[in-house]
Amino acid sequence: MAETTEFELVSPAKLVMSEPVEMVVVPGVEGDFGALPRHAPMLSTVRPGVVDIHKGGKVETRLFVAGGFAEVTAERCTVLAEEAFPLDGVTAEQAQARLQSARDDLAEAEGDGAKARAAKAVTVAEALVAAVGA
Amino acid sequence: MPSLKDLRNRISSVKSTKKITSAMKMVAASRLRRAQDAAEASRPFAERMNRMLGTLAGSVVGLPGAPRLLAGTGQNRVHLIVVVTSNRGLCGGLNSSTARNTRMLIRELQEDGKEVKVLCVGRKGRDQLKRDHNALILDTIEDFGRRGVTYEEAEAVSEKVLDMFEAGEFDVCTVVYNRFRSAISQIVTRQQLIPFPVPKTANENELAAEDGNPGAVYEFEPSEEGILDELLPLNVKTQIFRAMTENYASEQGARMTAMDNASRNAGEMIDDLTLEYNRARQAMITKELIEIISGAEAL
Repeated sequence: MAETTEFELVSPAKLVMSEPVEMVVVPGVEGDFGALPRHAPMLSTVRPGVVDIHKGGKVETRLFVAGGFAEVTAERCTVLAEEAFPLDGVTAEQAQARLQSARDDLAEAEGDGAKARAAKAVTVAEALVAAVGA
Repeated sequence: MPSLKDLRNRISSVKSTKKITSAMKMVAASRLRRAQDAAEASRPFAERMNRMLGTLAGSVVGLPGAPRLLAGTGQNRVHLIVVVTSNRGLCGGLNSSTARNTRMLIRELQEDGKEVKVLCVGRKGRDQLKRDHNALILDTIEDFGRRGVTYEEAEAVSEKVLDMFEAGEFDVCTVVYNRFRSAISQIVTRQQLIPFPVPKTANENELAAEDGNPGAVYEFEPSEEGILDELLPLNVKTQIFRAMTENYASEQGARMTAMDNASRNAGEMIDDLTLEYNRARQAMITKELIEIISGAEAL
């Protein structure tokens, strides 16, 4: 058995996942990075995208995160996401519908704060569509 | 002396009240379980968030150009109090104690010459505070918690708070809510949200030492400030979410206890009334018998 790192994916509503893994690939703002055991300590912002969990040399689980933060140390990798769910439960239609409603919200949004939030929701939905399509 | 009919009526009205209170107790008990699970499920996020913030904040605080959510606006004049209460009553002294605590806080702050603004989350808090402090209440958010608190509902509240902070409408923000300890014990808690109170123990060395790797220095991507700019608003959301879930669990717990007491009192009252009713009935039968017997003897 290869060396493992403790991976935790947490959303505000619950602890989505907590288990030892061989490698995780996290979509950081400045590019995807893989976190292996004995990684140098790092804090990074996460963009909306897919977290890949590698076990036994191949991708075992793919999880969608709607942006957040990742903390990597030598023995663990913690991802805090505002929203997180397994990708295989989502169909392309659902993703498209979400993108559509996010765009509608953006068109209706008034005020700077509301606009910025709606724009963010659109980005998240676009990332989801891309992830499902890929 | 109430007549037999009056007593019968009272007994049946108390009985139907008891039915209602015990049904409410059952509902609260089942919601409490779910609310408690939700409150517990939201804890890991808050804990890890605090750990990250501790790592970051220690190194950035005090630097010029630190984010305002962390360092404050440099003033301490206008206070915003977010009062989290329930939307419905019949939950014992829960909302009253929150309101009492808030009134105390308002008085303390006003004695210090601060300006106070209040944002009510939950109808009951507003109802109790508007008698004394109607002028201070900016807004009330009532649209939440029909089936437990969702993250989206908490997000709506925190976005309001953050927008106001960006607009410079207040300097310090405190949230008042009921922390859930058990079904019979809820503790009114004040928590400062903005500026973020940096925990004293959270300096980098200690945290790194916990990892068994003393002196480990974190790499930051994109930069400490960049991360903080995003992490701090998220932290405000998380804390408000937590306050709301805890308060919801407290509400259910308090209601369960209050309704349990009410059902028990109703039960006692039914017993007393039934006893009185039976006595009155017996007395009446005896009286009629005496009348018949004495009538027969007179002949």
